[in-house]
Amino acid sequence: MNQKQLETWAPWGLLIATLVIWQAACSLFHVSEFVFPSPLRIWEQMVEYRDVIAGHAWRTFWVTMVGFGIAIVVGVLLGFVIGSSRLAYAAVYPLMTGFNALPKAAFVPILVVWFGIGVGPAILTAFLISFFPIMVNIATGLATLEPELEDVLRVLGAKRWDVLVKVGLPRSMPYFYGSLKVAITLAFVGTTVSEMTAANEGIGYLLISAGSAMQMGLAFAGLVVVGAMAMIMYELFSLVEKHTTGWAHRGSQNH
Amino acid sequence: MTASPEHFVDFQNVWLAYNDELLAQNHFAVEDINLQVKQGEFIAIVGPSGCGKSTFMKLTTGLKKPSRGEIYVDGQPVNGPLKISGMAFQSSSLLPWRTTLDNVLLPLEIVEPYRSNFKAKKAEYEARALKLLQSVGLGGYERKFPWELSGGMQQRASICRALIHEPKMLLLDEPFGALDAFTREELWCTLRDLHAEQKFNVILVTHDLRESVFLADTVYVMSKSPGRFVVKRDIDLPRPRDLEVTYTPEFTHIVHELRGHIGAMRKDGAHLGQ
Repeated sequence: MNQKQLETWAPWGLLIATLVIWQAACSLFHVSEFVFPSPLRIWEQMVEYRDVIAGHAWRTFWVTMVGFGIAIVVGVLLGFVIGSSRLAYAAVYPLMTGFNALPKAAFVPILVVWFGIGVGPAILTAFLISFFPIMVNIATGLATLEPELEDVLRVLGAKRWDVLVKVGLPRSMPYFYGSLKVAITLAFVGTTVSEMTAANEGIGYLLISAGSAMQMGLAFAGLVVVGAMAMIMYELFSLVEKHTTGWAHRGSQNH
Repeated sequence: MTASPEHFVDFQNVWLAYNDELLAQNHFAVEDINLQVKQGEFIAIVGPSGCGKSTFMKLTTGLKKPSRGEIYVDGQPVNGPLKISGMAFQSSSLLPWRTTLDNVLLPLEIVEPYRSNFKAKKAEYEARALKLLQSVGLGGYERKFPWELSGGMQQRASICRALIHEPKMLLLDEPFGALDAFTREELWCTLRDLHAEQKFNVILVTHDLRESVFLADTVYVMSKSPGRFVVKRDIDLPRPRDLEVTYTPEFTHIVHELRGHIGAMRKDGAHLGQ
């Protein structure tokens, strides 16, 4: 097995090793499944409640995707505005940084007051938590143009808009796709957190209700499912990234 | 004063301070520049780092307006970006997501009259770009991306991009500064041939005295703070010049002379600094 194959299989190896050790520890020390369920127990529960889990998972998935979709639109627009104007950058950036420092879970009770229990708070929490990296990355891509290149184009009579469209936007695409990978995982966090207090459906709700019923196996199964969904979406976006902006990744690790 | 018709570039007592505050303190980036360049003349500007060479370029292309004085190019006062010029810099600044061909075509997507009929006449423009790439020795590389080219090839492509809209004036800001000595000499010859063939004006800013003497009709030496033209030296070596000329005593003599001017300035500068 060469180095590259080894790198491809390394995460799977680590996962299996972790599961084996976990299972062995639970079996050897007879850990109660109400405290810390073994991987086998989690698997059993997952199979047993597969329909319930699938229903909640689907809800969490589409809610996250809607929130994420709004985050892309808002993030790109805001990023475009603050990346293309120094004044807008100066005005908006400090406020946005402050906003980003707020824990998004703290918004959930407020959103419940405004929108009631259900999809509203979950979608908005997913959006609030995930638009920031998209906005920052678009803005950075646009704001860091080489001055020489700008001169080359300005001498030709290029308007600011020309420079943004011909150079700025394509240049910020790798940053954009990079940020999508980060943002999608954050969006899942947002949805799940919100569903824990403000929904009657979704993985977050499942976690809370399974926990209060002492069904630890089921709760862990929920965690596994939401983690798997986030990872699949992450991989999907890195695939898109590699195929659309290959020029930005040349030479790095032979992608 | 008005523009004199026989001069393509005409600087009349040009001063530039970068902002009003510096202007109020009489602190100028370039001072009292008088310069007359004939149609088709190749001039080179040499001088120590930070002497205002790049500022001079910005003035010539209309990217900066002089605080005092007048600039005329091709008989017209310079009031804004000058579309009859093309620029190339030390870094080739090609766009990595475009092929070499598409990089060269970029100016045509921006500058009029090409811009409005770019889609309709794309085939014609591509043919023109291919011919230009061929003439600098990049034939067959048009579908490659910039990062697949060597530094010298990138710089050739960058010069093609500066020339695709058939500018009357080519401005080069240390275009060969990052290249190795052999590649640099190759590109000198490429530039020499393009200039001989197309007869555009060239303003070359460089640190390299040999480069300036080999390529230019006239070399101007600039001093540092204040940025002034202190020496004008006509290079009367016959054209076409072969690289061999750089090993002749006449050539070496001129380079030495220019080196002397710059050395003297550096000494003065050091003295003032103490």
